[in-house]
Amino acid sequence: MISIWFFIGISLAVNGALILAAGIYELVSPPVNPGVVLFHLHANVWWGAALLVFGLIYCFKFAPKRQS
Amino acid sequence: MTLLLATLVPTQLVRLSPIDIAIVIFYFALVLSIGWYLKARANTSEDFFMAGREMTAWVAGLSFLSANLGALELMGWAGSAYQYGILATHWYWIGAIPAMLFLALVMMPFYYISKTHSVPGYLQLRFGESSRALSAVSFAFMTVLMSGVNMFAMAKVMQIVLGWDINFSIWVSSLTVAIYVTLGGLRSAIFNEVLQFFLIWAGALLIPILGLYEAGGWTNLKLQIAQRTSEQYVHLWSGLGSFSTNPMGIHWTGIVFGLGAVISMGYWTTDFLVVQRILAAKDIRSAEMAPIIGAGFKMMVPFIVILPGLIGLAVLPVKLVPESVAAVTGGHSYNDVLPLMLARYCGPGLLGLGVTALIAGFMSGMAGNVSAFTTVWTYDIYRPFINSKGSDHHYVNMGRWTTIIGVLVSVGTAYLVMQFASIMDYVQALFSFFIAPLFGTVVLGMLWKRATGPGGFWGLLCGTLSSIGMWTWVKLDPSALRYVALSPDAKGLAQDMYQALWSFIVCVVVTVVVSLATKPIPDGELNGLVYGLTEIPAVGDVPLYKKPLFWAAVVAVVFFALNIIFW
Repeated sequence: MISIWFFIGISLAVNGALILAAGIYELVSPPVNPGVVLFHLHANVWWGAALLVFGLIYCFKFAPKRQS
Repeated sequence: MTLLLATLVPTQLVRLSPIDIAIVIFYFALVLSIGWYLKARANTSEDFFMAGREMTAWVAGLSFLSANLGALELMGWAGSAYQYGILATHWYWIGAIPAMLFLALVMMPFYYISKTHSVPGYLQLRFGESSRALSAVSFAFMTVLMSGVNMFAMAKVMQIVLGWDINFSIWVSSLTVAIYVTLGGLRSAIFNEVLQFFLIWAGALLIPILGLYEAGGWTNLKLQIAQRTSEQYVHLWSGLGSFSTNPMGIHWTGIVFGLGAVISMGYWTTDFLVVQRILAAKDIRSAEMAPIIGAGFKMMVPFIVILPGLIGLAVLPVKLVPESVAAVTGGHSYNDVLPLMLARYCGPGLLGLGVTALIAGFMSGMAGNVSAFTTVWTYDIYRPFINSKGSDHHYVNMGRWTTIIGVLVSVGTAYLVMQFASIMDYVQALFSFFIAPLFGTVVLGMLWKRATGPGGFWGLLCGTLSSIGMWTWVKLDPSALRYVALSPDAKGLAQDMYQALWSFIVCVVVTVVVSLATKPIPDGELNGLVYGLTEIPAVGDVPLYKKPLFWAAVVAVVFFALNIIFW
């Protein structure tokens, strides 16, 4: 059976990739009115990257092939 | 929660970008995929209702916590933190941790050894059919109604936060839950709850991190809060010596004895919604470790719930007001604090994840309600009282149909609440009537061998009736709160604490008196059900760091340290 942790890895990796992509887009093409406080910290870049890395580690560690 | 919904002002707090919507859609696709994948593993009743009793301690523990970590809880308690300060943390620490440890070390062995499928099932083994019937019918009825109330509440929140149509929110979320629970049973509910647990943390953790950065750290945050409100907003215990010296209008005895010793014990040890997750553990060690793991994470939840409320007190440029005022002025209420903080710090992508966290929280709570309802209906009402000769396959089919019917009744309740908002108050009150007396009945059943069947039944009934009586008294004459809560300065929350305490005492006294007046149950019939007559199996020859007692001690030490640090 596929491990629950693999599903969690997929979820975090996909969400992380989407958030990172949105962050990088804002980084290279900053909006005129960011609309959020602390925009200069670019939280979506590092938070998205962290989720992506964490998710990929889970995907790799709990991949169905490795488990079987 | 009622306060959360009092306003019907259709203001939209945040706007989602296409990438945010993609994250929300991906979440729905994933939970449905998990349900579809697990469909093949829900063929027997043990699989469908008990997840095959093969969950590890981590999966059972995170699911146990996640079933309680609903979106309304997140938003409601963040609002309470804005309104009452750090005192709201009591509901996460003393209002949960001792009870979780008590469940792990004292009660779980009896639940687990008896191989019961549910809490009413334990009552049947210990006290007989009448106690089970009373407990099962009240639980099944109230659970499905509560599910509907929460469904409407969440749809209302989605309307306020995102501008979504109420009907759309109700049907999309309820059908999704119905599909994945019907397909995969409890295993599917548990898997999705663990997923939702991670999403909630991933979506909400950034708010306190960025909030503390903006406020200049914890020390500066406390100073700013003290300047804008009062010193008592950042102290857990120092203002609880009197009803009038803290923002909540509550005394420490209410927190310790009402909340810590009765309400939380009742909820965390006898509410089948959460206990069911632990019963799915693969062995006795996992069953004991699961609540301890849950307790460890529960202690951290204030970081993503209470802290955003406190940060809102310090950094938000607008002053939030009670729902009643917000409904008139069009301003933001206390309960808007979490979405406001989300909108303050989270840009495209992060906002979608935050909204997904709220949706995930709601759906995990609803799946918990539905799966618990399905099990209690099938095992404790349908099988013993309606059809005791069905095949295993028949009961699995009954479980699947009950899931669908439970969701439809919940949807019906949601629409009923939409028409008559006051129903919500009554449903929530009704649910609270059963919690404290049920704890009295179960704990006496486990720890006192002299407790008899009639004692258990009449204690549960009288405790519940006394709770209803006190609630009705205060409803008809609000000044009666001074008698129920022991002080004219007591406020609404104090009523819940003392009402629970008195109904628990009534339950215990009646159980003891009736038990002593009736014929004892022979010891041989209590084997595996009562302390002193049950050989508790050892957790095995494992190293110290794998023993539940060791981790319970670690959690207890951290619990005391946190209370002292934030005294």
